[in-house]
Amino acid sequence: MDILFFVFGIPLLGSVILAFTGHKNFAPEINVAFSLGTFIAACALTVQVISMGPVFAWNRAFFIDPLNVFIVTLTAFVGLTTALFSRPYMRVERDHGKMTPRRLRLYHSMYQSFSFTMLLALTTNNMGILWVAMEAATLTTVLLVSVYRTAASLEAAWKYFILCGVGIAQALFGTVLLYMAAEKVVGPEGGALIWTNLDAVKAQLDPTIITLAFAFLFIGYGTKVGLVPLHNWLPDAHAEGPTPVSAILSGLLLNVALYAILRCKVLTDGALANALTGNLMMGFGLLSVVVAAFFLSRQKDVKRMFAYSSIEHMGLITFAFGMGGPIATFAGLLHMTVHSLVKSAIFFVVGHAAQKAGTQIMEEIRGLVKVNPMVGWGLMLGSLAILGMPPFGVFASEFLILTTAMREHPWATPLLLLALGVAFASVLSRVLPMVFGETSVKPLFHPPAVIPVFIHLGLALLLGLYIPTYLETWYRQAARMIGG
Amino acid sequence: MSGIASQLINLFAAMLLLLAFAMISQRRVLSLIYLFTLQGATLAAATAVVGYATHQPHLYISASITLVLKVFLIPWLLHRVIDRLNVRWDVETLINIPTTMLIGILLVILAFYLALPVSQLSSSIARGTLGIALACMLLSFMMMITRSKAVPQVIGFLSMENGLFFAATAATYGMPMVVELGIALDVLVGILILGVFMFQIREQFDSLDIRHLEKLKED
Repeated sequence: MDILFFVFGIPLLGSVILAFTGHKNFAPEINVAFSLGTFIAACALTVQVISMGPVFAWNRAFFIDPLNVFIVTLTAFVGLTTALFSRPYMRVERDHGKMTPRRLRLYHSMYQSFSFTMLLALTTNNMGILWVAMEAATLTTVLLVSVYRTAASLEAAWKYFILCGVGIAQALFGTVLLYMAAEKVVGPEGGALIWTNLDAVKAQLDPTIITLAFAFLFIGYGTKVGLVPLHNWLPDAHAEGPTPVSAILSGLLLNVALYAILRCKVLTDGALANALTGNLMMGFGLLSVVVAAFFLSRQKDVKRMFAYSSIEHMGLITFAFGMGGPIATFAGLLHMTVHSLVKSAIFFVVGHAAQKAGTQIMEEIRGLVKVNPMVGWGLMLGSLAILGMPPFGVFASEFLILTTAMREHPWATPLLLLALGVAFASVLSRVLPMVFGETSVKPLFHPPAVIPVFIHLGLALLLGLYIPTYLETWYRQAARMIGG
Repeated sequence: MSGIASQLINLFAAMLLLLAFAMISQRRVLSLIYLFTLQGATLAAATAVVGYATHQPHLYISASITLVLKVFLIPWLLHRVIDRLNVRWDVETLINIPTTMLIGILLVILAFYLALPVSQLSSSIARGTLGIALACMLLSFMMMITRSKAVPQVIGFLSMENGLFFAATAATYGMPMVVELGIALDVLVGILILGVFMFQIREQFDSLDIRHLEKLKED
């Protein structure tokens, strides 16, 4: 299992090296190089899992199956493109005096640590280590959000820490209960928190304890997914941190938290043989979609608006997994992929636009197409993609989710359509003047990295038009694991 | 023998609950830290007794981690922070402590109600105390909500962690060692970050009152 070693080892080494060299002029390039290394290792791991099936590593401490290897690749990929984007972005911030050498060291080192904790959370086979890695991811992102040390960013980071700290404590209590239920079946000699062991005996787990355990785990990890009503930290953390951080929060952290819920769901479903988990996920998912859509329509800050859009989409994905069944689960996984790609692309362009305008207030950002056509069109296409316009992949997944909802839960369809409609109208009416209006703002000294934006959008477009066969098999296998 | 042990565990559990209530009613920051230290010591003792009574040597390690972290290291850090920030004698203007105490009682009842079906299934010697552990968690949770200053909020957070550790001991004789070490590490790093934050908040707002941190609102 040497490949897995590289998947963790590279970001871990990167965080140590960048802790010392993060302020140097070439540090952004080192950051990109380490992210590239991680991505290559993740690809190699994927190839291995596709050809050999699920694999264990280090005495069952790690477990790679089609479900998590797919998120591992996505995480490593978005980590790489965000590192590319962060290169010119952080140079501009440095020139503006917002990033001092110390802050740059902290930022780069924490960026790699964050990758490490995400990958650890994804590949570990131990529900306890999953918790530890999620908490560690919170700690690294708290430092990333507060990196500017302004009043607003400190407030956002404090809120994030306290809210997610409380949330994740609930998840720990859930993990304790899970361990308690498992210990009766598996026995106390270790192994009672190993997910594959639990999966093998899930039908024998005690339903009373598991019900309570899932409730706590769902609240805990749900806080990190940003499900309403536990979403309060999310818009602040997205709006006040540096934009690359917003991109990885939306594109990666939320997915990984949802992945944790899915792992718990599989166990709970096996133990309970009723629709409790599905109903909970559908309920909270739907609530998040509707509430976020209405909050979204009232935002003035561009990053806050897209943060609410992330809550909306995570709600939609949670709803899809809650419905279950092969089609909805497939659609949920597809939506997870395209949402990560498109949302991080949007944050890339938005970050550059806000940097140029010197503000994140939408009314003061105008005429992006005039100054830099690539950025303007990037935002326009990204917004269309995230709003579910064909031919982008979001359309395909939303279409699948909606048609399944119509067939199986007709009551939910009007609510979903209403929310999507509100989001559509409000995002588009704000993005159009930002892209086309008049402006007098000058281009920045460091040209933006537009290549990641268009790679992301291109992939989202590709997934809307045609899903390659191997990818489809991969999604189907993963969907089967979740119980589709 | 196990009779005395289980009596001792119940005694410690009752003390934990009492301390949780004491923390809710305490206005002074310095006294809060003393109470927290006492809670940590009680937790360590309870863990050690469970370990002794059930012959689980790894619980001794867990107890010593708690002792080092929650009785020595973290209180020491907190003392340093309040010394340097000069908030030692800060008195919080908490409205209506009796009301919070009453809500606290309701929370305890809720916790026992939730824990009852689960603790009946547990084979652990300390199973009766699962309700108390959950109650401690909820009480600290309430403390975090009702406090407006940064240090009490952090103490609430840490005392919630204490409740969780006690739940793990009471229900399952502790988590696997690697997980427990990971949790301890996270708590330690977390408290360090929070400590640094407190200085920065003070620098930015000239106060540690969290009510200043309410600028980011929906309009």
